[in-house]
Amino acid sequence: MSKPTITSAHPLTHGLLVAAATGIVGLLIVVPLASVFAEAFAEGPAAWWRALAHDPDTRHAIWLSLTVAPLAVAINTVFGVATAWLVSRFRFPGRSLLITLCDVPFSVSPVVAGLALVLIFGRQGLLGPTLESLGWKVIFSWPGLVLATTFVTLPLVVRELIPVMEAIGPEEELAAVSLGASGWQVFTRVTLPNIRWALLHGIVLANARAMGEFGAVYVVSGHIAGATDTMPLRVEKLFQEYRTPASMAVASVLAGLALITLVAKVVIERRLEAEARELEAARSLPDTLDTTPLDTGFSTATKGLTS
Amino acid sequence: MTAHDAVLRSPRRRSVLPGFGISAAITSVMITALVIIPLAVLALRAASLGPAEFLAAAWTPRARAAYAVSLGASLTAAIISSLCGLLVAWVLVRIDFPGRRLLDALVDVPLALPTAVAGLVYSTLYVERGWLGRFLVPLGIHGAYSWLGIVLVLVFVSLPFAIRVVQPVLESLDHDTEEAARMLGASRVQTFLQVIFPAIFPAVLTGFALALARALGEYGSVVFISGNMPFKTEIAPVLIVSRLEEFAYAEATAIAVVLLAMSISLLIVVNWLQQRVARNAQ
Repeated sequence: MSKPTITSAHPLTHGLLVAAATGIVGLLIVVPLASVFAEAFAEGPAAWWRALAHDPDTRHAIWLSLTVAPLAVAINTVFGVATAWLVSRFRFPGRSLLITLCDVPFSVSPVVAGLALVLIFGRQGLLGPTLESLGWKVIFSWPGLVLATTFVTLPLVVRELIPVMEAIGPEEELAAVSLGASGWQVFTRVTLPNIRWALLHGIVLANARAMGEFGAVYVVSGHIAGATDTMPLRVEKLFQEYRTPASMAVASVLAGLALITLVAKVVIERRLEAEARELEAARSLPDTLDTTPLDTGFSTATKGLTS
Repeated sequence: MTAHDAVLRSPRRRSVLPGFGISAAITSVMITALVIIPLAVLALRAASLGPAEFLAAAWTPRARAAYAVSLGASLTAAIISSLCGLLVAWVLVRIDFPGRRLLDALVDVPLALPTAVAGLVYSTLYVERGWLGRFLVPLGIHGAYSWLGIVLVLVFVSLPFAIRVVQPVLESLDHDTEEAARMLGASRVQTFLQVIFPAIFPAVLTGFALALARALGEYGSVVFISGNMPFKTEIAPVLIVSRLEEFAYAEATAIAVVLLAMSISLLIVVNWLQQRVARNAQ
């Protein structure tokens, strides 16, 4: 974030505004976050550890989340890079429609997305019976969880990459191609180093959303304990079973992951800002050597003389 | 940009850059499989019901009550988020105070914190013996298992959108007009209402639209705190899930299509408003 522009308001007004903003963020965000950890550790760290490690269903949920989220993020990384390359390096009909389609998952309720997957892959769905005869199970199984999670996180990586790749421009890649680099070489030696922080930013955000997704996953999982419950689903089940301390223990792990995500996000954003500044500096350098400003100055001067 | 366009505009004339074929293949397969086909199947399934059957499924008294709760709570939450978001964004951009960077980082917590965790924590905070409930419940304010609870969690999940959209616009605001207005004798309030607010209003609207879209579809946090009482605190996504659990796929699909139509038409309205505002500003 940039430095604040100080307005010359009365210190009291400033104080009140800061107090109001801190109050809003404190009440809505800090108090709930603090209470997750307070509730999770209310009976001591030993009870917290027992709730997590000694419950086979909870252990399975942690393992399942750690499998499903990276798979969904990996699919989205491939999709994000391919789509960003397509959109920022080529002009073709349907380009803006494609950008709109990438954003669709943002305005579809995750529950509705899950329902659509059930209509396709469920037992009464379009492909369900065929897949079942082949022995493949998508709904009430992990592939459904991966599909639902991928849908929900679909816009996150692309949206990070497109503006950055548009800003960098294709010059370096064009130079590499003209020097004889292959497509793969261009990507790994020119494009990837240029977009690495933006890509990492998108991956971190997508991973946080994937680990935490509830609605879409809830619909397709059938919430079978020890089989298709991810960590957020386990939180809900424990809560429904009136095992709030255990539920809070799982929630505290998710909240811890969220905090790690935020720290990573801040670090990456600093790097991104630094690179954007470097890019701007590099852009302005040739401009000062450019002769056009001199020319226009000269021509206007001569124009003034002749008229 | 125009120079880029000239170089890039040419899959037919063979662009110099490689990778058009493979990236187009990956993108179109994934968009088709993940976005187009699921939504088409949803629409076709709803269309196969026929008008009378569709209405019987999607327009029951319980479903109508659920739409009303969804719409009312989401609009309220999006308005609160936009107002609070404007204030927080203003403070973050305009005032230097100790802890400003920390406050800025904390704003993103709702994006990273799973909504189920938010719902769980909010419901335990606002019950009678909770940290906040013990002060509020004696005053008659029930923040858990109530309509207010739904609004509270929806504000939580939608607040970052309202803040993050307005913040960069506030940062890039031109100070000269503001100073000119002050010089010419406008009061602080007048300057804000007549100079600053018109400039940031399109951004506020975008933030409002994103917050609303997020709130309308939200399920994970609401299911914990609302109590899910039909006709009172049952939102549309919760009704879809309970229909699904009864294996009433047709009804679930019909309600889902109404919910989808609701969020898309709201987005179109906000988009239209935005364009009008932008045109008036010019």
